[in-house]
Amino acid sequence: MLSFIGRSLVQKLITLFFVAVVSFLIIHLAPGEPSEIDPLNPKFTPEIMERMRQELNLDKPYHIQFYLFYRDLFTGKTVSWKDQRPVMAKIWERFLNSLPLFIIGTLLTWTFSFPLGIGSAINRGSPLDKSTTFFAYMLISIPGFFFAYILIILFVNWLHVPVIGMETFGFSNAPPLFQIMDRTWHTVLPSILGATAGIAVLSRYVRSQMLEIINQDYVRTARAKGLPTETVYYRHALRNALLPFVTMFGLILPGLIGGSVIIESIFAWPGMGRMAYEAILARDYPVILTVNFISAVLVLVGTFISDILYMVVDPRIKL
Amino acid sequence: MAETQTNQLSATGDSALLPPPRSPRSEFWALLRKNRLALSGLIVFGLFFLVALIGLILTTGVDPVVDPSTVRLQEKLRSPLSKANISSLRPEEIPFMGVYLLGTDDLGRDVFARMLQGAWVSLTVGFVAVGISVFIGIILGGIAGYYGKLHIRLDNLLFFGLLAAVPLATLSGNIPAAVLAFILALPLIGWLRRQSDQATVPSPRNQFAYLLRTRVFSVDTLIMRMVDIMLCFPTFFLILTVVALLPASLYNIMIVIGLTSWMGTTRFVRAEFLSLREQDFVAAARVLGLSDARIIFRHMMPNAIAPVLVSATLGIASAILTEAGLSFLGFGVPPPHATWGNILSDGKAFIFDAPWLTFAPGIVILIVVLAFNLFGEGLRDIFNPKLRERN
Repeated sequence: MLSFIGRSLVQKLITLFFVAVVSFLIIHLAPGEPSEIDPLNPKFTPEIMERMRQELNLDKPYHIQFYLFYRDLFTGKTVSWKDQRPVMAKIWERFLNSLPLFIIGTLLTWTFSFPLGIGSAINRGSPLDKSTTFFAYMLISIPGFFFAYILIILFVNWLHVPVIGMETFGFSNAPPLFQIMDRTWHTVLPSILGATAGIAVLSRYVRSQMLEIINQDYVRTARAKGLPTETVYYRHALRNALLPFVTMFGLILPGLIGGSVIIESIFAWPGMGRMAYEAILARDYPVILTVNFISAVLVLVGTFISDILYMVVDPRIKL
Repeated sequence: MAETQTNQLSATGDSALLPPPRSPRSEFWALLRKNRLALSGLIVFGLFFLVALIGLILTTGVDPVVDPSTVRLQEKLRSPLSKANISSLRPEEIPFMGVYLLGTDDLGRDVFARMLQGAWVSLTVGFVAVGISVFIGIILGGIAGYYGKLHIRLDNLLFFGLLAAVPLATLSGNIPAAVLAFILALPLIGWLRRQSDQATVPSPRNQFAYLLRTRVFSVDTLIMRMVDIMLCFPTFFLILTVVALLPASLYNIMIVIGLTSWMGTTRFVRAEFLSLREQDFVAAARVLGLSDARIIFRHMMPNAIAPVLVSATLGIASAILTEAGLSFLGFGVPPPHATWGNILSDGKAFIFDAPWLTFAPGIVILIVVLAFNLFGEGLRDIFNPKLRERN
């Protein structure tokens, strides 16, 4: 166990280093530089451009730039090139905005997909199974932005509630109850949209997992010795079918920093995804690289946690 | 399975006759015909291919039959199926058959013509991107599965390190270092080779050369770590970054989507190859003295292709969705050219007044992606003998 932890830590650190190198190279090898972002601005004389390049270290060789950037990142001194604010503070602020969407979306995903998946596996071929399958495929295939607009049209026309943004403009002086309701209505659509694809994929996965377990010999044995159907399904089958999903707790982690770029820009939600999108447009390299780095760290930590969880839950597995 | 079929046939009356031996292909068709969802997916896919091809022919050229870029400001935001106001248009501006089948957008452009033009974009993005990712996946997965046990030695690593130093040094502006690395690399490889090939047994004299033979890691480790590294990137964000930094073009999108989605295929092919490599028919082929290439492509690949086909079909669906998302955000194909994503994106300001601008592309994307997903899942069921027996 300990040797596994040690080995995988070393391996993950090496992976992380290469991720850092690759993302740095991708960003810096692409044509164009941040100092050239606004070529039509008359204030950008060649001298100012040169001074900008010096300040941003863009005139130095790549390996020195790489070293300087990651030194700043680890000492927390990285600043955004766009507004000179510390990148970490900026990310933290946007992260807090994205967090409610993430939490509600994840809760919705996990509460809906398990009953749906288990139900359609147990009643294989029933109308319930067929309709869940159909809707799952629909939800997987529908473009998120199109679905967002359908929901916006429905919500606005039928419920007459505000949906764009995080809160209605000028509502900061309203009574607290109004403010809470306002915030709630604004949160509903983006979090539902964040959960739909997850529900569709996860419920299909639960279904196939459950189907596989139901056809195992030990489930047949349980049924044959006359146990009530409930016990067979929920005590014998479900426990084994749940194993892979325990490990998926680790895999949620990267979603924390993701935030959907498309959903957040449709709803003008000032979250992580939108910040990343704006950073890309402004060629704000420190922000892009930091987001990339943090999300790589989260992926690695997530897989590590899921490996450990797998060992803890399933005694058959020895790593 | 063969037995149950004979039983069924004899029960229906063809008493003594055995069923004719069925080729894998006819068995595939029989299974596909039973799977109605997959079959309808395939049919929609065929229709989509036809429409995209017809669309390409009708919308290109100097004088296209349906013109996606004619601006008619007096005819803006007309609803679907409305007749064109012929008296206010010049003859070359009149839409196909005088009707706006899917209405017009805020510049009076015919949405039907634009949808036809966009079909080809979605089709090519889907197929080329998946083609790239399947190609990389098969090559890397095949190498990892077939040659995975081979080791990379220290001298190989030194050589590639020097080679990699050349472009890196050039890029960071250190030309002398690049030249030095280049000059060193060529003679060094020969010398290293000779030294390390001779030093098969350690002796006090060739300690250094023997050190060069140290096995650093296996080919399999190298490729699988590459997969791990690629899996660490947030895919859509990475694609968005690269597409935004590169000049806008359809080819960049295809290449970037292809280069960021080969990891699944690599893993499938590797897993299949690892089990196939140990089987008797491969051993027999090797004993017969067939070349590695022939064993890999003629004998092993056909047996490993099923999961690749499934993931490729599902990959086309997700590539189409990704492209639509990118052009919705305003990246990708430069503006006058229509794609389904940018029709929808242009129409988003008018969702209440002109919902057809949102619904026409949205529903079409939904149908096409759904068709690919259904067909892919159907293929998975057909190729999976476990599920087949159960039915």
